[in-house]
Amino acid sequence: MSNFLPTIVSRSQSSNIMNFFVPIIAIVLTLITGSIIFLLLGFDPLYALYTFFISPISSSYGISELLVKATPLALIAIGLAFCFKNNIYNIGAEGQLTMGAIFGGGIGILFHDTNTFWLLPLMIIAGAIGGALWGLIPALLKTKFNTNEILTSLMLVYVALFILDFLVVGPWKDPHGFSFPKSRAFSDSGRMPLLFDGLRVHFGLIITLFLIFISWFVFSKTMLGFQLKVSGFSPKAARYAGFNQTTLIFLAFGICGAFAGIAGLSEVSGPIGLLYRDISPNYGFTAIIVAFLGRLHPLGIIFASLIIALTYLGAEDAQLFLQIPSAVGFIFQGLVLFYLLGAELLINYKLSFKRT
Amino acid sequence: MSVDLILGILQIVLIATTPLVFAGIGELVTEKSGVLNLGVEGMMLVGAVTAFVTLVITGSYFFAFFISLLSGVVMSGLFAFLVLFLMSNQIATGLALTIFGIGLSSMLGKEYIGTPINGLSPWFFVIFSFVIVFLVSYFFYKTKMGLILRAVGESHNSAHALGYSVIKIRFLSILFGGSMCALAGSYISICYAPMWQEGMTAGRGWIALALVVFATWKPERVLIGAYIFGGVTILQMNLQALGLRFPGQFFSMAPYLATIVVLVLISSNRLRIKLSAPASLTLPFYKGR
Repeated sequence: MSNFLPTIVSRSQSSNIMNFFVPIIAIVLTLITGSIIFLLLGFDPLYALYTFFISPISSSYGISELLVKATPLALIAIGLAFCFKNNIYNIGAEGQLTMGAIFGGGIGILFHDTNTFWLLPLMIIAGAIGGALWGLIPALLKTKFNTNEILTSLMLVYVALFILDFLVVGPWKDPHGFSFPKSRAFSDSGRMPLLFDGLRVHFGLIITLFLIFISWFVFSKTMLGFQLKVSGFSPKAARYAGFNQTTLIFLAFGICGAFAGIAGLSEVSGPIGLLYRDISPNYGFTAIIVAFLGRLHPLGIIFASLIIALTYLGAEDAQLFLQIPSAVGFIFQGLVLFYLLGAELLINYKLSFKRT
Repeated sequence: MSVDLILGILQIVLIATTPLVFAGIGELVTEKSGVLNLGVEGMMLVGAVTAFVTLVITGSYFFAFFISLLSGVVMSGLFAFLVLFLMSNQIATGLALTIFGIGLSSMLGKEYIGTPINGLSPWFFVIFSFVIVFLVSYFFYKTKMGLILRAVGESHNSAHALGYSVIKIRFLSILFGGSMCALAGSYISICYAPMWQEGMTAGRGWIALALVVFATWKPERVLIGAYIFGGVTILQMNLQALGLRFPGQFFSMAPYLATIVVLVLISSNRLRIKLSAPASLTLPFYKGR
């Protein structure tokens, strides 16, 4: 006898194969749902999917734009992995990104008429410090006052955005900017070098890949990586082993903040070149999806960042060519995360059609 | 300070605080059953846009609120399905709901930004917000169903052993939370603003989540917390309007900073948080065999 509806049976051991397949299942289900949405909106689903996912990357310019978008996403997501592995829910990466842009960009504005080799490294370091400081606030509040880091890190996003707003309409406003809310442009040596002539993909990509490699090393080869993993699986075991949870929280938030800060700096010193209000199309929040979709694994995060970056590009093209509002990109991002979380069931449980 | 001015400020505070009360009390019920739904902001936005768009199309306030509540039920139902039946991580699923809600609301509302509507008088909802808080309080502490709901939130295994359906009770609590968030959203777009703008809830959903912690999971205290935040918000707006020689952005930060300060004050008493928070909060329930 078999049941029409499957029952959920616990696996004795979590499935490694499923761990790999779950993101793929999620992406396939998202594409199917996407076709249905396009169909309901009155478009030929195949043509719409082509416009959304294929045509944006069918030129070298498109590939470069994809990498430009994937760069901050991957960098923030690998930082978030330090937090999420330990079940620390830092969701304020957008604020840490903004603070990194403010600190690093501040240096860029200060030396706007200087052209030296040390300017960009200094800006990157300042960006990392800014992001890390902003990230350490929720860590401090959590360890010292037991405050929920989800809420504090999120509140600090709003605070950081208001500070940026204050700076670009106030003290850092471009004196020759016709009262537009933007700063002076950085000098050429304060800009990320471009990797190819005529394409926007910049040196931030190299930094991101380097930091992802470092993170992979930390996760798989060092004591810190092991401690993060154990604390995430079982806080009790971690305590028993004598791991200092307070230190781990500070480290995770500090590293994540620094990475997000560098991502923010490489945005403003890369494609943008100055400070203004809208430096990030929600990269800090979208990176949460990238981190989960990449299963907190360095390689997974690289792939996930490319896929999510594609939803940004696809949404722009869909708006341009099909007049579909670009917000549909965010819908895809939300959907893929829904499917992913739902499909995660298959890692620890299996579906049984047999009557028990 | 004349009496009129004080009454005027009081009125504005009442009108501005009401959505926080709705969202806060809805989330409180959800959390009391042992489920943390971080999708408040997303559900509020979708509630706001569906109410607004329905009002523009049909011209009926009744339909606007009806469709909005329905959107809250659908959104929270999606969340409930994932966390209850597929046992997904509640925190991540709630975040997904918010991200999805931000996208969905800005897509649905694209054509309606700046469309003028006749706002509805807020006073019915202001009064209703007080009534609903006391109803919830009565339900929790004076009825058997309320006791069962709290038991599910404290220890789902015990409640299950006593023969109560954990999943059903949590499902209904999540749906109640969702419809309250949608109501909060529709109040903002139809009574408070009245207009539609992308991301118009401006973090109120997150503040509502903080309110539940502030209230240490007790319904009446949601009111107190909401009015502190509402008061701070209105105070900073008025100070900004006075044109003090001080950048407005620092006033605008006030509600978010106040949230952090209040969270610190409440949470630093670890024992109180431990004793007040529902013991099964965020834990998935698996019946097993």
